[in-house]
Amino acid sequence: MAQITLKNLAHSYDPTPRSEADYALKEMDHIWEDGGAYALLGASGCGKSTLLNIISGLLRPSHGRVLFGETDVTDAPTAARNIAQVFQFPVVYDTMTVRENLAFPLRNRKMDPGYIKARVDQIAAMIGLEAELSRKARGLTADAKQKISLGRGMVREDVNAILFDEPLTVIDPHMKFELRTQLKSLHREFGHTMIYVTHDQTEALTFADKVVVMHDGRVVQMGTPEELFERPAHSFVGYFIGSPGMNFFEAEIAGAHAIVNGVEVPLGATHGPVPGRTRIGIRPEFCVLDRAGGLPFQIRRIEDVGRHRIIRGEVMGTEVNITVPEGTEIAADATRILFAPEKINVYADDWRVAPLGEEM
Amino acid sequence: MDKTLNNKAWFLVAPVLVLVAFSAVVPLMTVVNYSVQDTFGNNQFFWAGLDWFDQMLHSERMWAALGRQAIFSAIILAIEVPLGIFVALNMPKKGFWASVCLVLMALPLLIPFNVVGTIWQIFGRVDIGLLGYALAKLGIGYNYTANAFDAWVTVVVMDVWHWTSLVALLAYAGLQSIPEAYYQAAKIDQASRWSVFRYIELPKMQGVLLIAVLLRFMDSFMIYTEPFVLTGGGPGNSTTFLSIDLVKMAIGQFDLGPAAAFSLMYFLVILAISWVFYTVMVNLDKAEGK
Repeated sequence: MAQITLKNLAHSYDPTPRSEADYALKEMDHIWEDGGAYALLGASGCGKSTLLNIISGLLRPSHGRVLFGETDVTDAPTAARNIAQVFQFPVVYDTMTVRENLAFPLRNRKMDPGYIKARVDQIAAMIGLEAELSRKARGLTADAKQKISLGRGMVREDVNAILFDEPLTVIDPHMKFELRTQLKSLHREFGHTMIYVTHDQTEALTFADKVVVMHDGRVVQMGTPEELFERPAHSFVGYFIGSPGMNFFEAEIAGAHAIVNGVEVPLGATHGPVPGRTRIGIRPEFCVLDRAGGLPFQIRRIEDVGRHRIIRGEVMGTEVNITVPEGTEIAADATRILFAPEKINVYADDWRVAPLGEEM
Repeated sequence: MDKTLNNKAWFLVAPVLVLVAFSAVVPLMTVVNYSVQDTFGNNQFFWAGLDWFDQMLHSERMWAALGRQAIFSAIILAIEVPLGIFVALNMPKKGFWASVCLVLMALPLLIPFNVVGTIWQIFGRVDIGLLGYALAKLGIGYNYTANAFDAWVTVVVMDVWHWTSLVALLAYAGLQSIPEAYYQAAKIDQASRWSVFRYIELPKMQGVLLIAVLLRFMDSFMIYTEPFVLTGGGPGNSTTFLSIDLVKMAIGQFDLGPAAAFSLMYFLVILAISWVFYTVMVNLDKAEGK
């Protein structure tokens, strides 16, 4: 096991990239701590899988280095990296039994047969396939096949990291929850570094200690779920995390105030001069309706989503959402919106600007 | 639920029935007709019962041809299937060269059978053929018109040249359908090249290989034109396969009765072997699914 370091890493599928747009991964420096449970979150096509394949060695990065601990493995083949990877769609060896499938990575590494048997039984119990162990894999359902894939990924105890590339896409919703819980307990038990690629924020937030958000070939933020929620480093994180996403307003920043369409909005902290296109972002959870003060708000519709309600509306042409607890009265004359000042984040050209005095 | 009875729809099937009757049933029944009668021309027929079948079953000539035929099919299957798979495995998967390979591979399949025979007939000639002449210059005594072994080698090589592409193209199609993730997973699992072939590629190619084996078996078992043009069945009877013998009997000797009986048995043998092949392979497939 080892810490995985990506140094000035970038990748282009184009052999002669001309502009930044030709890069699937823009240059990045990133460290995956040993034993961490990471979720790699981002929209489809943002470079998540590319990054994963670079770590596992299925793809050689066009620029930069990959280090495992102190060892440079940029040019090392997959086999030498001792990495396990689970793919989006089930990969099983059709003609083998479930048992042979699970034992395959161990057999290829010439492990002791007694150990293999014990380990396979243990994994089979974990993924709930004990009863099917001697069946051929080809007759099984997609669910069961993907469980075999997961099992093969977890069967080796000595791996440097286990990479999951949207592994639960084909699994039933209730099984998803169960398997995710098992992955989590597996992580606690063995302490493998795990990187879990997904575009589902619930999956990411429940699985990981640290969530890495990617956007357009870049890592835009790494943090705990709480940090991503409270202080999104990039407007994409604001949109992508949370349901509904963050509200943004074009604003001018003047010290401890922002000016939105001529109305002064108090901020929780003081900002120095902010260059570029400036906006403020506020989560729907931190907005409240009011009768006076704040910005004018027009309600469009109200959605009941169980534990809370979402009020959808407009502030001077900008779409805005407000989340209120279940059962909250919504007064007919509540035509203004107020923001919790300390929950407002300031953005310049999509990147968050830290207020004066905040530690980075 | 009450079904609406409307038998008019049967009329719509009629064209197909007529077509099949003329293309298959009528010719086949003609053969059956000949196989149970004797004729001396003038459209005079005499009932012969199963005599011709009996005669053919006890004909050494037919058994010898069947033996040669079986050996020929076995040899070409044993060469073309593994070779075709090997070629497919080594073809580029995409890009310009993949297209070039595909076109080159398809070329032999597009050449008319008698042209293939003629090409090899000339190619192998000791006096003017590139192959025959070169071998002679190298001091290798090769003459497919005089030596039975040389004739066999030439016929087999010709068939391999002509038909391996078919197996290769089918296997290639099978290989192309394997998602990249399988190869990636195999790398992660540290599978050897052999394991990748044995546990990923071969199982995924099974379906197309079944078709390839069946096609190659049936075609090779009925082969006529190429060896007929190349060797005419000689030297002696050494490359006289079933079809060649059948044509000699029917058109050369005008023994229509025995030839018809022979044809029917030939047809049944191919049908039976193909059925056994298919059943065995499909059952293997099912048994593995358990």
